[in-house]
Amino acid sequence: MTSKTNRFQGPRASWEALMAKRWLLPVIIALGFILSLALHLGSFNAYYQLTLIYICINVILTVSLNLVNGYMGEFSVGHAGFMAVGAYTGALLSTRVWPVELNPFLFPVTIIIAGLVTALFGLIVAVPSFKTRGDYLAIVTLAFLFIVKSAIENIELIGGPRGIPGIYKLSNLPWSYVWMVIALWVTRNFVYSNYGRGVLSIREDEIASDLMSVRTRQVKLLAFVLSAFFAGVAGALFAHALQFISPRVFDIVKSTDILIMVYLGGIGSIAGSILGATVFTVLLEVLREILGPFQTWRYVLMPLVLIFLMIYRPRGIMGLREFRWFIPARDLFASQRWRSKAEAKKKEAADAAAV
Amino acid sequence: MTYFLQQLLNALQLGSIYALIALGYSMVYGILTMINFAHGDLFMVGAFFCFIAAAVFKLPFIPTLLFSMVGVGLLGVGIERLAYRPLRNAPRVSAIITALAVGILLETVMLIIYPYPLSVPVLLPNITWTIGGVTISSLKVIIIAMAVLLMLLLDFIVRRTMVGMAMRAISWDKTIVPLMGVPINLVISLTFLLGTSLGAAAGVMYSQAFPVIDPYMGVLIGWKAFIAAVVGGIGNVRGAMIGGFILGGVEIMVVAFFPSTYRDFVAFSLLLILLIFRPYGILGKPRPQKV
Repeated sequence: MTSKTNRFQGPRASWEALMAKRWLLPVIIALGFILSLALHLGSFNAYYQLTLIYICINVILTVSLNLVNGYMGEFSVGHAGFMAVGAYTGALLSTRVWPVELNPFLFPVTIIIAGLVTALFGLIVAVPSFKTRGDYLAIVTLAFLFIVKSAIENIELIGGPRGIPGIYKLSNLPWSYVWMVIALWVTRNFVYSNYGRGVLSIREDEIASDLMSVRTRQVKLLAFVLSAFFAGVAGALFAHALQFISPRVFDIVKSTDILIMVYLGGIGSIAGSILGATVFTVLLEVLREILGPFQTWRYVLMPLVLIFLMIYRPRGIMGLREFRWFIPARDLFASQRWRSKAEAKKKEAADAAAV
Repeated sequence: MTYFLQQLLNALQLGSIYALIALGYSMVYGILTMINFAHGDLFMVGAFFCFIAAAVFKLPFIPTLLFSMVGVGLLGVGIERLAYRPLRNAPRVSAIITALAVGILLETVMLIIYPYPLSVPVLLPNITWTIGGVTISSLKVIIIAMAVLLMLLLDFIVRRTMVGMAMRAISWDKTIVPLMGVPINLVISLTFLLGTSLGAAAGVMYSQAFPVIDPYMGVLIGWKAFIAAVVGGIGNVRGAMIGGFILGGVEIMVVAFFPSTYRDFVAFSLLLILLIFRPYGILGKPRPQKV
């Protein structure tokens, strides 16, 4: 039997060897946190810091949308609506409810409450999903987005169409990083749990999974609520990074951006969500630097890249694949154990036949 | 009562524009089971072609309409050939994402060419009659009549001609029908030609009714027309027409009797309620699923 390491040759082999070192992942997460803290305390270039914060927020958004669109195989276009709910809840809490001096300490509470409120709104979309699927559910989410936007515009108490200006800048790099890690960790654990397997079975075939006694309603509800929760978290972080929100920020274009990040990175993949959000955000900023006065050309190049990507690599960068680091050891080695067991059984049978 | 009749006329006008756009969504969906999210932007390009023909070349109305319909129709066929055809056997979402990307591309290119909102010269005669207190403008009547005419024409093509039969056959089964000698690529191209040129016609009419156009006008109207198509039952030509008129009617009536900012709120809430009771739209039939 060949050993595991020389299945591949060349750079692939060293990549596989790197991926096999599972202790590296916590080290990288810890290093990332230390780095984010250092950049924050060392007053690193504010523009780069803001870009990094947006990358973290976009990763949260992408991974939470990927849960519904990638893992569950629905087509939700209302993610900006959830984001808006979270952003408004967070901004209202920090500007109107909490006492000013306690604000930095209550920031995690603000974000959690924003997430929970958004999760409640997730129910609104989850319930119609029991009956409809596919394009009709896409419409439900789209309608949700328009309703949220229109409702915010009509409530004078929260600024109406003018939005909320002067939100405190509470989202810093360490906080965004921590929330990104939490979002990734929770999503990964959810996806590899029994419920997560249920989500995957709904993507493959809803009726069949129902017949195989997956409680599809419960699973869908969980997926939508979890996805909405993290969208709300990202929205609250976003509001406290941008310091100004208005209903116009959360329109269908914002949803399209998140969709593009999901499908650029690849559906059904946490690594893909990270890559998609990072590549998209960085590419937009790099293009902003390069193009100078020709800013609008960014949105000529971006769709062209996307079209070519879809034609030549329709699954996105990491579609339905995963870094081995993100796969729980249990799942990663289950197939190997199964294979070795089957081999042992075969050998036993052969021995028995020989005797 | 006269106020209601007045608004009814407005509703018919807006509804006929929505219906024309929704037809394009529905036809493409019916034949490819793919949502062409670039359709709203093709509608926008149609309005800009109308501007080019009317303001730059100073053409009268009918040549402007034809110029816009043919131009956008060819653009739609080109988009299908270059962007969607390579993806015909790819997962459905990649086709949808490509469509979104094409939409953004069209918006941005138009924004680069025309960075500022334009006002389109009104080519149709605008005579108003007052009958029993209701003011009827010839502009609205012509727009509604032309939209209905185009819809009847399309309905005729889909139901009574060989091409229409081929379209319906392909939407029924994409594997067997080409084996019977139906040129599938040609039929799909023709579907795109018809669908997008109807969208362009809607663009021309919209720019005549509401003469200020900008490159992002197609986004919201496109999504709303998509909703109209779904309300009617997506993939169903007659359903798209009904859905368009329903959505136009609801929107105008909300504006007429409530503060106008509630338009989207009420329209979309009604849509949600409708989808709870008729999850497959008004004329759509749930397809039995095989496991």
